[in-house]
Amino acid sequence: MKIVVASDSSILVEFGDRIDPEIQDHVLGLFHALRALDDPRIRNLHPGYVSLLVDFDPLALSPQDVQALIESLRSNRAPAARDGSAIVAIPVCYDLEFGPDLADVSAYTGLSAEEVVRLHSSATYRVCFLGFTGGFAYLAGMPEVLHTPRLATPRRAVVAGSVGIAGGQTGIYPTETPGGWRLIGRTPVEMFNPLAQPPTRVQSGDIVRFDPINRVEFEQLCRERA
Amino acid sequence: MPGAGVSIRVVKPGLFTSVQDRGRFGYAHLGISPCGAADAVSLRIANLLVGNDEYAAALEMTLLGATVEFDEPTLVAISGANCECKVGSNQIAPNCPVEIPAGSMLECGSTTDGARCYLAVQGALDVPAVMGSASTDSRGRFGGYQGRRLQAGDILSVRHVNQPRIRPLRTGALKEEMRSRGAIRVTSGAQRDWFRNETFANFLANSYAVSEQSDRAGLRLKGDMVSARETRQLLTDGIPLGAIQVPQDGQPIILFVDQQTTGGYPKIANVIAADMHRIGQLRPRDEVRFAEVSIPEAIEALRAQERWLKVIWQD
Repeated sequence: MKIVVASDSSILVEFGDRIDPEIQDHVLGLFHALRALDDPRIRNLHPGYVSLLVDFDPLALSPQDVQALIESLRSNRAPAARDGSAIVAIPVCYDLEFGPDLADVSAYTGLSAEEVVRLHSSATYRVCFLGFTGGFAYLAGMPEVLHTPRLATPRRAVVAGSVGIAGGQTGIYPTETPGGWRLIGRTPVEMFNPLAQPPTRVQSGDIVRFDPINRVEFEQLCRERA
Repeated sequence: MPGAGVSIRVVKPGLFTSVQDRGRFGYAHLGISPCGAADAVSLRIANLLVGNDEYAAALEMTLLGATVEFDEPTLVAISGANCECKVGSNQIAPNCPVEIPAGSMLECGSTTDGARCYLAVQGALDVPAVMGSASTDSRGRFGGYQGRRLQAGDILSVRHVNQPRIRPLRTGALKEEMRSRGAIRVTSGAQRDWFRNETFANFLANSYAVSEQSDRAGLRLKGDMVSARETRQLLTDGIPLGAIQVPQDGQPIILFVDQQTTGGYPKIANVIAADMHRIGQLRPRDEVRFAEVSIPEAIEALRAQERWLKVIWQD
């Protein structure tokens, strides 16, 4: 564990330098331990692939105080990253209408569109953390043969629920945003609802699977949601 | 009609007017930005002037202010960047509690010496709290007024107060502190060691222009290129408020209140908490310089600011 003072109000706790489930367990272990303290002086926790950024009230705590707090937590208990993690199945319709870049992914990887869909929906993915924007999950576990670079020019607006590939990453756009990922499908389920508790469909540490559905099922699920 | 409460109708929305309070904390692990007032010091002053809780929900107006109509007599205060505000032909003084007569319109013009001003209304704006905050999250489209900036025709309600109080400022109290034009103070960023000492020294010696493509999520700077000596990709990590990240093009970006919670570019420096409100007042084409301070100096500057915020009031 390495601690870097990131600002007058935050420290970055680093556990390694590669994407690895064991390192991730340490990150989420510390995240859960700090969450459990429910200390109002700690304002925000940002887990990443190999680190946890701890943001605190600088009038109440110093970087040294937070470091001491973290060290006492680590000596008191072993990391328990998997507490409450779930397996979440996300239905995805891979129709061409929802996957305008499926043909590009197919051309880049040399796989048929059916094969791209089969591989994408048969893997299991781990939610390393949520970041970027509300409910956006950074997923690890996409088969290497599916790696495809992002679009040269991002789209001005990507529809919420769109499922895309960017390099070795895959993910779901929880809300409509600009985006440069290659779109291969769309889920009818809501990934982010600020008024729900919890507001996000998946949590850090969850395991995600994509279940292919057809257009009729997609419409059905959309109606159920409405 | 007692108890019906005041409502405010937006006649002209201005360039970018949104409801903001202290911000939304405790949800960064879900990807949710803090949002909140870009210049929290001015938000606090405006609220205290009309007797509100210092971090109550108020209107944040950007570059060009809004025109709003009040249906009941309402006590308001405007703080932040200088901006010509009028009710009919009467000028409204900033940093001073002012009663707006029923049925009249408050017109706020362009800001002249900063980017943002705050309109606080006695009783505070009544919008539903989402995840503990009234702040508008424009990227996530929630919070504030329907999750978006204001449009003409929007009607906001104001909380009713039973015992209105006002708190005037000492004359001239704001001048020296709020008009400081010196370098923005920074501490080392989380990836400071990805940059050579010489690069960091140049970063501090140079001045940068704030690009037109700047908003509450990030201020893009234009100037001499800053290059990391590390060429490897950073594994996406958490971004503190006010982090200065350097993408491949070498043009730094100050990540601000509506920022993404995680990112993949190295962070060379970080704006100190005491200077965060000054970032909220930067306008496109402003020149900025940075000066390095230690963490104890940064904390002392913040404590001094808090002390100052206590002594500016008439008792």
